[in-house]
Amino acid sequence: MSESHETDAIDRRIINGLQGGFPISEHPYCDAAETLGLSEAELLERLQSLRDSRKISRFGPMYNAERMGGAVTLAALEAPRERYEEIAGSVNAHREVAHNYARDHQLNMWFVVACEDPGKIAEVLREIEQETGCTVYDFPKCEEFFIEFKVEA
Amino acid sequence: MKETVYRPDATDQRIIAATQAGLPLSPNPYREVAEALELTPQDVMARMAKMLAAGVIRRIGVVPNHYALGVTANGMSVWDVRDEDVSIAGREVGALEYVSHCYHRPRHLPVWRYNLFAMVHGRDRSEVSDKVSAISDILGPRCSSHDVLYSSRILKKTGLRIAS
Repeated sequence: MSESHETDAIDRRIINGLQGGFPISEHPYCDAAETLGLSEAELLERLQSLRDSRKISRFGPMYNAERMGGAVTLAALEAPRERYEEIAGSVNAHREVAHNYARDHQLNMWFVVACEDPGKIAEVLREIEQETGCTVYDFPKCEEFFIEFKVEA
Repeated sequence: MKETVYRPDATDQRIIAATQAGLPLSPNPYREVAEALELTPQDVMARMAKMLAAGVIRRIGVVPNHYALGVTANGMSVWDVRDEDVSIAGREVGALEYVSHCYHRPRHLPVWRYNLFAMVHGRDRSEVSDKVSAISDILGPRCSSHDVLYSSRILKKTGLRIAS
């Protein structure tokens, strides 16, 4: 493939068509290539190039921690503007906080807490409340609707 | 969580650790993983198929870097949907191609009235905003109000690492 960083129609076919369903077989790239109307060599070359140019961050299995007995929740708090950085520091200091985003809303800090032991989630949220003096709102999922990362390239 | 939990054994854990960063880009990726772990390819494939069936593996394929692909704007759209409609509405919204994660979550009245969360992706905020309008049309009278929370800054992003 060329060194261009522009994605062409074949790249887009790969990115859009191979976000799931990669086979578990002896020659999976060969099988997947057939479905996409490509040769095995071309698919491998394209994937390598897409990964080298970081158009795809990864190629392989995406694991689900919760199905292995762990737990994840989304939580939010309202951090007073003048204490924002200090509070972000306290929240981020917890190893269990995987992501934390500043968002434009009265609840202006949103973070994901992941624990191998589901009972630990409430404990982490309580600690954050004590350290920051802010009420922490817990948004555990009640239901998950078909999660696919469907990027249209 | 209603689904049964699958507890990966020590061998599964080694497979997870060896593949969570990606599969080898070579004609026999599972055989390569197996050789590195001193397992048979049949064992690796059988275990991965089992984890896929159990939902421990969500999917196998491309993980696009949406920033590098120009899909740089994302908004957390949040919707106040009638409780009796939220399951069906969630499935409709979750199936849209520009929605990645979609969840039913609890309200916290009076601070927070929204019970359906959907991450909407687009090339810029105006595209995200158009897509949010489209969702609003789909939900119709089932939804009484909504909002979009754009992220102004990433404060932390370490990702979830499962096994080491």
